Amino acid sequence: MTVDYRSVADKKLAVEGHAQLLVIGAGPAGLAAAIEGAQRGLSVVLIDENPVPFETMGESVPLHFGGRVGGAARNRNAMMEAMLESAPAIADAFELGVDVRLGTACWGLYANGANLGWMPAPLAGLADEENGTHLVSFERAIVATGRRDMGLAFPGWEQPGVMGASAAVQLATRYGALDGSRAVVLGSTAEALLAALTLRESGVTVAAIIEQAAEPVGPADLVVQLRAAGIDIHCGEVVRAVEADLNGVSGAVTRSGTILCDLIVLGIGAVPMVDLLDAAGCRLAFQAERGGYTPLLDADGRTSVEVIQAVGDCAGIWPAKSRDATVAEAEARHAVAAVAASLGVVGEGTAPAPPPGEAAYDIGAYRKDWVRASIIEAVGEPYVCQCEEVTAREILEVRPPRYLNWQAADNRERTLAAILGEGPPNPDQIKRLTRAGMGPCQGRRCREQVQALLALQSAVPLGAVPLAGYRAPVRPLTLAAAAPKNEDPAFGEQWDSWFGMPRQWVPFWDVDDEYTVASLAVEKPHASE
Amino acid sequence: MPASEIREPEGRGASVVVVGGGVTGLSAAWWLARAGVDVLVIEKGIVGWEASGRNGGGCSHHHSPLFAEEQRLWPLMDELLGYPTEFQPNRIRIALNEKQLALYSRAVVNARHQGFLIDEIDAKQVRELVPLAGDNVFAGHYYHFGGHANPHRTVQGYAWGLQDLGGRIMQHTAVTGFAADGGKVVAVETDKGNFGCDHLVLAAGPQTGPLAAMLGLDIPMKVARAEMIVTEALPLMPLGGVDGNGLYGRQTLRGNLAYGGGPHEWVETEQLPGGARPSTPLMQSIAKRVAELLPLAGHAKIIRSWAGLIENTPDGRPVIDRPEGWDNLTVATLSGVGFGLSPATGHAIQQLVTDGACSFADLSTLRLARFARLEPDWAALQGWQPMAMAS
Repeated sequence: MTVDYRSVADKKLAVEGHAQLLVIGAGPAGLAAAIEGAQRGLSVVLIDENPVPFETMGESVPLHFGGRVGGAARNRNAMMEAMLESAPAIADAFELGVDVRLGTACWGLYANGANLGWMPAPLAGLADEENGTHLVSFERAIVATGRRDMGLAFPGWEQPGVMGASAAVQLATRYGALDGSRAVVLGSTAEALLAALTLRESGVTVAAIIEQAAEPVGPADLVVQLRAAGIDIHCGEVVRAVEADLNGVSGAVTRSGTILCDLIVLGIGAVPMVDLLDAAGCRLAFQAERGGYTPLLDADGRTSVEVIQAVGDCAGIWPAKSRDATVAEAEARHAVAAVAASLGVVGEGTAPAPPPGEAAYDIGAYRKDWVRASIIEAVGEPYVCQCEEVTAREILEVRPPRYLNWQAADNRERTLAAILGEGPPNPDQIKRLTRAGMGPCQGRRCREQVQALLALQSAVPLGAVPLAGYRAPVRPLTLAAAAPKNEDPAFGEQWDSWFGMPRQWVPFWDVDDEYTVASLAVEKPHASE
Repeated sequence: MPASEIREPEGRGASVVVVGGGVTGLSAAWWLARAGVDVLVIEKGIVGWEASGRNGGGCSHHHSPLFAEEQRLWPLMDELLGYPTEFQPNRIRIALNEKQLALYSRAVVNARHQGFLIDEIDAKQVRELVPLAGDNVFAGHYYHFGGHANPHRTVQGYAWGLQDLGGRIMQHTAVTGFAADGGKVVAVETDKGNFGCDHLVLAAGPQTGPLAAMLGLDIPMKVARAEMIVTEALPLMPLGGVDGNGLYGRQTLRGNLAYGGGPHEWVETEQLPGGARPSTPLMQSIAKRVAELLPLAGHAKIIRSWAGLIENTPDGRPVIDRPEGWDNLTVATLSGVGFGLSPATGHAIQQLVTDGACSFADLSTLRLARFARLEPDWAALQGWQPMAMAS
């Protein structure tokens, strides 16, 4: 058979290592999966990006750390020890023979499928300080990447001290490296209320909880618990402005006054961390009862990509699960039983984990209401996309980015409605035109806000707005670090700017009247464009 | 046919229906609207969503009969469209070794043949012009023509410009068939109803072949996937149109480095609907070459990789033609190299539709009839076949 040597057909990817079961994320779900896998006799590699290098945390990766990573996080050994201490099950997994790799990020998952067939096996792109960037093959992957926090713009939200609830809790409880002592928490979701309680237990003073709705939306018993602890929930309020000094946030300004604080903790939406799943091509859908865009899973936690499963928060967040880690752990064990069965390893089945009940409140309406109250009704125009400095108005009017300094020649207005046509507003299209979400944080801070803005503007439910897509690498990777260390020489030998076709770039005055494959026997000067 | 002979639209149709809201179809429709023709674009998804909006943005196709018109139009496009394209003139192509320099030198011959200027510059000159270049430069070429533009913005500019002139675009509308009467296409059938037309333009990228087949026309093509990467923004170089070392691409006006190149993968056309456009670890090999091309950008973070699906004719050259057997049909596939040429392509298609011939370029090398004696198993003979998938 003829081979197109300019294609991928004869190129070999350098794969360094193999896992029968690759588990991504060593939180409760990931650890339960790894341990269950080892106990069932599978060869398991468990990776977790934590502890994330100090500089990377400073860039709010993977969570919205908001410039509040304390100096303790500079000491990598201490961070590693703190992480091991915070999760004794990591040691258990290690004892059981799991290949545990901490400080190892997964920036891409790849599996052959539609329009892709050249890879030798399912692959994971990993990166760590010791081994750099490398590919590992796997038979099954269980993604347990957890959650992050929905961003929310208000004037001053770029100040150090405005951070995600998950980020604040992680710094406070796992690393003892939260640089702040007095918090205002935004949102009254179960996750926000739990974060407030956890921060309080960690020695942080919770000055107030601010809720734009008329009543808290989280579980009543948590509300009672917080109020008993003397924490006020200010309903019908948003942060109108931030008072700041050289260290960042010094107060949160609301209609009823300024609350002194050095932390403003965003708890309006715990968001399943689906970046890796989406970039891998797993089908996602907006599932309100699961906290937003989450993978479509079968009863065994399998995504639409057969070799990839999802468990824990990245598969769905709901109050009962947020309050009780055994739910995520049960999901993990059930998924591993399915992995074992699919790989022909005999073992007992497990009971499925309890599914989410009906959502206690309408998260779509809740998030839209927050965005309306905090951004659209803001005094001033905060940047929704901090990386590219794009305001809500610029997003909704689909304005070319400011660096173009573009002035329309006449009164033509190109608002969202003008490009909608017959379909729903598409955040990826808005992103391409306004650059909102196109910065180095890869839209982690603005994605859900843009979704809510588009839903508000076009008067559709939040879930009717598609997810702005994620693309590998879903973690920061420099050009130099990404370069493959052991590239197959065939890449270099046959590399061409484009397809390397013999006749494509022949100048038009030198082209034959007819084209046949046989005519290629006559060589013409090769060009490359 | 002269525009005056094109009848008023019937029902919801238009004088000219353009199937395909990519850069070629939109430019053609925009030019038709400029010529006063009532035009409707039918697009299965979102305008410019596929390869039209995902490419390197280069505008220097000196091998093409449309080159002179491409060069004439790009500096005018912002004004003509009324929307920004981010077009930036000129290009520097860097060779890191003698072999690359020889390969890239064909451009010098082609440009000079047509009265355009390329300077041969040495390594020191390259480094002076390209602050991110390194000690590994062998030599380079400075094109006093060409350049690059922003594909997303340009595609939307065509769409908006078209609408400003009264043209219509139907997105999320899939063509299911055609109605013909004798040698004329009289209507386009879609999942949203039928649209009458006096003339049909097929410019649907990878779908052009299957659509033409519904009209009994064989436009041979195969589809492949190609990949690109983009970094975070870096300080602007004096000239953004810098590529070479086996890469095409540019520094965008925002400062990001956007580059592609390297091996493609042939894929099944049948798998096109459904939208999977997976990128692969090829990202790493592209990154390696960007870091070689611009070593002082090695610290730049990659913020995205992506892939596009591209149709290719057997010789890799466009088909822009009014095929025999149909009185009122124009077909256009740019064989994967459509963005940069689009201002000129649209103009040529407009003239083919309204005048029957192109006044400013000789399109004879782009005729469909050149494949009349093509081997039936041409794709296999060229190795253009999808890989058997690993389990």
